[in-house]
Amino acid sequence: MQSKKNGRLFAVIFGILLFFICGIFLLDLIYGSVSIPLKKVFAILSGTDVKNSWNYIILNFRLPKAVTAIFVGAGLSVTGLMMQTLFRNPLAGPYVLGISSGASLGVALMVMASALMPVAFGAISAFLGSWALVVSAVVGASVVFMLVALASIRISDSVSLLIIGIMFGSITGAVVNILQYFSDPEQIQSFIVWTFGSLAGVTWNEMQVMAPIVLSGLIIAFFLIKPLDALLLGENYARGVGISVNRTRIAVIISTALIAGTLTAFTGPIAFVGVAVPHIARSIFRTASHKILMPAVLLIGAAIMLACDIISQIPGNQNTLPINSVTALFGGPVVIWVIMRSRNVKASFAG
Amino acid sequence: MPVSVGFMSDIKDIKKNILVTQDLSIGYKQGKKDHLCLLSDINLTIRRGEMVCLLGPNGAGKSTLMRTIAGIQNPLAGCTLVEGIPIRDRNYKEIAQLLSIVLTERINVGNLTVYHIVSLGRHPYTSWMGRLSEEDKDKIKWALEQVDLLRYADHFINQLSDGERQRVMIAKALAQDTPLIMLDEPTAHLDLPNRVEIMRLLHRLARETNKAILLSTHELDLALQAADVIWLMSLGKPIKIGAPEDLVLNGSIEETFHNKSFIFDRKTGNFIMNYQKKQIIQVLGNDVMGFWTQRALSREGYQVTCEKAGNCSVKLIEDTMEWEVCNNGQVLRCKSIEELLLHLKTAFSRE
Repeated sequence: MQSKKNGRLFAVIFGILLFFICGIFLLDLIYGSVSIPLKKVFAILSGTDVKNSWNYIILNFRLPKAVTAIFVGAGLSVTGLMMQTLFRNPLAGPYVLGISSGASLGVALMVMASALMPVAFGAISAFLGSWALVVSAVVGASVVFMLVALASIRISDSVSLLIIGIMFGSITGAVVNILQYFSDPEQIQSFIVWTFGSLAGVTWNEMQVMAPIVLSGLIIAFFLIKPLDALLLGENYARGVGISVNRTRIAVIISTALIAGTLTAFTGPIAFVGVAVPHIARSIFRTASHKILMPAVLLIGAAIMLACDIISQIPGNQNTLPINSVTALFGGPVVIWVIMRSRNVKASFAG
Repeated sequence: MPVSVGFMSDIKDIKKNILVTQDLSIGYKQGKKDHLCLLSDINLTIRRGEMVCLLGPNGAGKSTLMRTIAGIQNPLAGCTLVEGIPIRDRNYKEIAQLLSIVLTERINVGNLTVYHIVSLGRHPYTSWMGRLSEEDKDKIKWALEQVDLLRYADHFINQLSDGERQRVMIAKALAQDTPLIMLDEPTAHLDLPNRVEIMRLLHRLARETNKAILLSTHELDLALQAADVIWLMSLGKPIKIGAPEDLVLNGSIEETFHNKSFIFDRKTGNFIMNYQKKQIIQVLGNDVMGFWTQRALSREGYQVTCEKAGNCSVKLIEDTMEWEVCNNGQVLRCKSIEELLLHLKTAFSRE
């Protein structure tokens, strides 16, 4: 049977992908405002080099940034894949349940409302210090997520849930707009800078919080491979082969909230990767099986995010392009190309 | 069945019957106390190796009965037993080992192979990773052989015709290895050859695998030919159960599908549309040519009789395939039914 041949082919592609990621990871460490030769990079990584400034740049700036890129690419792509299967919608992504809009509401409140109500918010932001943005994003994302999760327990229909998620997004968007209307230009600008997204802001300290949460979300996702496969045929068939659709839906939502919520809190909203990478993976592997797609989107997502980070360094000097724009600029044409080539993305989902 | 009631015969009955419903009431709960009961005290059984067709007009509660038996919807009272095991308090995984379902909905998922879909039928038996054992693989291969699709195992589902897709879903149900297979209008959007093919396949499978097969359908003529037992539902009346021929002979089918616009012909097992009659025409001649001439004439609103009536008659000349029309003494020969109808129309409109 052909499946054996396929298995070998998949193994080869996975091998190439892994090799590719290692390559881009090193490139990401080499390039930046100053180029550091490959030999020196190895030396610094193995702890033998002593040249201080390069040592500092690699270990405390570029390495956490590259690791963050891997987490963001892998995490958002995995949640995007789960959302697309759960909602049977090719446009679904990590943010359809209102997680990023919740986070942006939290940040907007922290940044802009502190001017309106200086006593309360000023005290809070002074207390939290550098963690203020992260905490406000987490709080905002969790509040919206709790509301959507409550709705998901009462509603047994994925499409209604999708609409509710989009509605929550619109409502929080409206609140953010109102806040912007009443705010000073400087505060608006610092909010907008947050929405550009940034991989560079994550320190090793913050990584110790971010990495375990995202990893636990990814572990949940890998336990969902089998029920997600059954969901490809629709909820009724999934129940028919013994899958508890409600329990699966709640697990998918929790995993998505852990991954996408945490990443958004630390890096700002990063659009596009979550929606685009599952499509790229499907067109490379020509399969709908989550056993293949789950590791595939993880690797492809990580590779693309690392590549986007390198591209964002193009202006040179200290300037970098906002990562949120790079992902869309880079990812948009890729998705268009994928769609033109396969012609029927819609056919990837049970209708 | 002998009426010698006793303990032993009870056990035998349970072993012979795959599905038993005990005083089942079906309907919907409306609010906390109120409920809408469609039908109560339903006692049905399906024996091993038997194919049962559930017939009835739209709105009679066919889907509700199917959903209740399958455990998707809770009964208002009573219970369903498969192999003597009550469905009610089982979880999805346990139910999936007792009964498998095939739905009307057309599977349209890209990048999903036939083999993968059939392998989903093994989900209730595999571990959390969904790894297929040798036994699972044998079962999948056997199921694909049964529906004659083994050569398409590596094809994508959206490359297959609708009839083949439905056979894939039947293979999935076979791979699920359950004593009861339930199909909800499996022939709904198929053409005639495929409808006949599916019915023949199901009938053969019931005999050869000794499973119980229950399907709801609107195909009265096919059901009458293929089913071992028919359950006839109509709103608010007890379900009529019997061999298809018995239900025809005792007039149950006529009664259930009673309608002004057509009548059920007991002789042929077909429905005949009931057109308004305006003119009596005598047709001389019988056999195949006579049958089709009569059909054409009644469609045009003429009442056909063999006796002399009125002053119009049509004589069939079978050797040359011609029709001799005699109207008010005028005699004319027609070469086709189309010509005959045209002639009659002009002749009567002149009057």
